[in-house]
Amino acid sequence: MAQELAAQDERNVRTNGETEPATLTFTPAVDIFEKGDTTVIIADMPGVASDGVDVTLERQVLTLRGTVKPHAPEGYRRLSSEYREGDYLRVFTLSDEIDQAKINAEFKNGALRLELPHAAEAKPKKISVKTA
Amino acid sequence: MLQTTHFPWSYNDPFADMRRLQGAMNRLFDGGRSSERSGAYPSVNFWVGQDSVVMSAELPGLTDQDIELTVKDTMISIRGTYPEPETGDDIVWHRRERPAGSFLRSIELPFRIDPDHIDARFKNGVLTVEMQRSEDDKPKHIQIKSS
Repeated sequence: MAQELAAQDERNVRTNGETEPATLTFTPAVDIFEKGDTTVIIADMPGVASDGVDVTLERQVLTLRGTVKPHAPEGYRRLSSEYREGDYLRVFTLSDEIDQAKINAEFKNGALRLELPHAAEAKPKKISVKTA
Repeated sequence: MLQTTHFPWSYNDPFADMRRLQGAMNRLFDGGRSSERSGAYPSVNFWVGQDSVVMSAELPGLTDQDIELTVKDTMISIRGTYPEPETGDDIVWHRRERPAGSFLRSIELPFRIDPDHIDARFKNGVLTVEMQRSEDDKPKHIQIKSS
């Protein structure tokens, strides 16, 4: 059964604070699929180190956050830019009850992989109908 | 396969710099993540030093084994293949936004580079390649005698 995952997209680039140096925030591209009783989310956050990834799940709201350390090679001047660096933020509302204790998160090569197993009570129960 | 050849520098075109600047400004204001309109993948950033150049590209989800880098004279090529997405009868897809498939991009550099002095690193999904200008490509200082 396919569960609906409502996503709050923040497509627009926004800046964080006015006094801070302008940091861009992007919506990371994601793959989401259901594998058996587990929801898998893979989010691309290139340029983020593993200590810059922050995942929170509060009630049904899943927040993925990546903080980038801007890098520029020393002794070089910028010549051309086709992409920009920035932080990542994406918020999802999960329709399923997740077993928090069994969440598996892995961050490798700039991609975050989250495995969210559904809680046992969220699994559909078969109710047998007695015949009189 | 996506195949593109891009020339960020041109010796023959006196307005190339101006156009590049204009392109950069357009990108700055269109609010997008990168210049996806050009269709070139991956997007690259360039920095220049005295006799060297640094190129970077975002390739999240790949490993250093999936990326092939080749250099010939003034041309650098990046080739790669994304791993196949998971398959199975029990998989139900909800969203598929991440890049997939294979790509090839060739980029013309401002000078010939020394293939023996290339430093390529892949960290946190970002490829960074530092290249040195080849010795015989550097301008030679010529002594002028007065007699």
